[in-house]
Amino acid sequence: MDIVTSLLLESIKASTPLLLATLGEIYTERSGILNLGIEGIMAIGAFTGFFVAYTTRSLPLSLLAAATIGILLSSLHAISSITFKANQTVSGLALAMLGLGISSVAGSKYVGLPLTLTLQPIRIPYLASVPIAGAFFNQDFLVYFSLILSIFMWFFLNRTKYGLQIIAVGENPSAADASGINVELVRYLCTLFGGALEGLAGAYISLAYLPGWIDGMTQGRGWIAIALTVLSLWDPLKGILVALAFGSIDALQYVLQPYGIPVSLLNSLPYVVTIVVMAVATILLAKRRVRPPSALGTPYIRE
Amino acid sequence: MITKPLIKMEKVSKKFPNVIALDNVDFSLIKGEIHALLGENGAGKTTLMKILFGMLKPDSGTIYINGKKVNITSPRDAMQHKIGMVHQHFMLVDSLTVLENIALSYEKKPIIDYNEIEKKIKEISERYNFYVDPKSKIWQLSVGEQQKVEIIKALCGDVDVLILDEPTSVLTPIEVEELFKALNAMRKQGKSIIFITHKLDEAISISDRITVLRKGKVVGVVKPSEVTKSDLVKMMVGREIAEMINKDKYKSNENNIPLVEVENLVVFNDRGLVAVNGASFVLYPGEILGIAGITGNGQRELAEALIGARRVSHGKIKILGINTTNKKTRDIIKLGVSYIPEDRIRFGILPNLSVTENLLLTNYDDPRFSRKLTVNYHSFRNVALNLIKEFNIVTPNLQTPAKFLSGGNLQKLLIARSAVKEPKLIIVSNPTSGLDVATVALVHEWLIRMKKKNVGIILISEDLEEIIKLSDKIIVLKEGKITGNFVGEAKITEVATAMTTKVST
Repeated sequence: MDIVTSLLLESIKASTPLLLATLGEIYTERSGILNLGIEGIMAIGAFTGFFVAYTTRSLPLSLLAAATIGILLSSLHAISSITFKANQTVSGLALAMLGLGISSVAGSKYVGLPLTLTLQPIRIPYLASVPIAGAFFNQDFLVYFSLILSIFMWFFLNRTKYGLQIIAVGENPSAADASGINVELVRYLCTLFGGALEGLAGAYISLAYLPGWIDGMTQGRGWIAIALTVLSLWDPLKGILVALAFGSIDALQYVLQPYGIPVSLLNSLPYVVTIVVMAVATILLAKRRVRPPSALGTPYIRE
Repeated sequence: MITKPLIKMEKVSKKFPNVIALDNVDFSLIKGEIHALLGENGAGKTTLMKILFGMLKPDSGTIYINGKKVNITSPRDAMQHKIGMVHQHFMLVDSLTVLENIALSYEKKPIIDYNEIEKKIKEISERYNFYVDPKSKIWQLSVGEQQKVEIIKALCGDVDVLILDEPTSVLTPIEVEELFKALNAMRKQGKSIIFITHKLDEAISISDRITVLRKGKVVGVVKPSEVTKSDLVKMMVGREIAEMINKDKYKSNENNIPLVEVENLVVFNDRGLVAVNGASFVLYPGEILGIAGITGNGQRELAEALIGARRVSHGKIKILGINTTNKKTRDIIKLGVSYIPEDRIRFGILPNLSVTENLLLTNYDDPRFSRKLTVNYHSFRNVALNLIKEFNIVTPNLQTPAKFLSGGNLQKLLIARSAVKEPKLIIVSNPTSGLDVATVALVHEWLIRMKKKNVGIILISEDLEEIIKLSDKIIVLKEGKITGNFVGEAKITEVATAMTTKVST
């Protein structure tokens, strides 16, 4: 395998947890809810995925458990910010810390245990042999799932009645309410859906990317996903591109290591790039008149 | 006429913080009638209808539809009972297109068939002569166009009862006539219409019955044929209003230094199309320049260019002899320019801040109220109290959030705010749209008073009568070009003709 193909192969793998979390946050934010707790949800998702796979030896079950725990955790944020109209920034940050804390305590006995059962690549005949692009067709189930999901989510958001309702709720909840849409229900569903994907994103790390459990193995990917949500312009299709770009920065670290570049410098790459790209993107966004959902972060209270 | 009412609201009461909005109000609607709900601002008309539409919860009272007691707790419930509402403050999603906004409440299938909705919009547009581009985004449309979208949206749904909240306040006289034709057509089809208005003539000309509200109470239910206009005024206001506008004969001020000089101005709109196309005019101190035209013909863009909120791509603006073309808004305001925008809630006030804070908003750097780093609320308090008294702003107290004030009181607040600085130039856009008789008179008096103090005024208005009544000079904008130029007395027909002139391109 040539270096380009193997780099792409690794990049796609590295981008998958970012993509799943970003997709989740895109829907959550489109409905007007800001969930800053992704990092915590991913951490618990990663541990749950690992734990269930380790104890039950069933991958479907472990993925299901990770998604379920993601829904449960995000429901905490949903209840506080939708039903009780709490400050979403505070609630989200609390969730992030809670998730990191719980996963750390619960996982302390399992650190470093080997996981023999991991998500394995499924080669798609013919397509996988195509040079370079074949890298997309020699991946595991969750990679395919996340790519197809992006396309489906784009379609759902832009072509269906329900997608339009999500957009309306995030842009102008009073107008949505006046059109007969249940604002709180839409926000709940989007937040819980986001939580499920973020749980899966965590499980991908512990089941496929770096099989096993290490405390803090999400390595800030939850925070990067928040930035990627902005960079994707809240569009699931563009989510694939931005996740892939950041995934390749991740993969690049391993490629560049043999050339004598300090490891700590390489490790900081994704975060440095995030800051730079966000700054540049903000300027570009202002010019293109693309802006976040108008009601993002504001609770809806009927007069 | 003894007909069983389609909708009956009984003993409805609603209290807001410090204000009783509705006090045991009864209301009934008969199938196939146009029922006007008449009253001043803050009389409770909108509150009553928001309760019927499920947007507000009444403190007490019951609603019957076809004699059956119903519980309407959300607009969705109301729509299921085939009630539709066109709100005064539009319920549209700004960043979406006309098509998407209509699909939002109209589409029944999971996957949106935009072609079908576009066809439906076209059909309604043609039937009622309401043309809007279905692919435009709402934020790109003028207030008048947005109103049309709201009406089309309501008509797209299959409603039996249509509530219209001050629907004519942003329409031109011709558009109002078209709307009335459409409403009459709907009445013939057996639909019932509730028409919230504060305009007497409209209530008399269109409705079958009128319910008059004053300060949250029903004053009476009358038939237009049985009452005179002055009876209705007395019912609405509780007293008689004498309208006193003394317009002086136009005197040429041309020996003075011009206050505003605009030369060959070209400005683009949000869609990147030419909105103002080579306009030139001069305004002298102590003059009112009326800018007439149908909404969306470049008025908003012109005003925004004048105050530096929109880029001038060609031409020149001079204020007080200083070139202000593409200067910062802040610097232009410092010259003594005051701008009172059209969409009061969106651009004029901060709804969650108090009345005092809103009054202070453009005046905080005034040396009288500023201690350099902090604001001297103490010294502003008395000024605020005086303003509230002088401009008759009805508010429970100084700390009340501005969002609890009615539309008329918000406009008074905006005017009071701009009066603090003693401006030299006032730019107002539709200053009386949506206001009741008493407030309109107050606004007009204030404009005349400012003019007598040698202030120059640019009055942008869709209300032709208002323009004719107040202006010393009138220009007419059509598709960004000046199609009419009148000095001194102007005839309404001449101005109206200029408004509809075909512009050669």
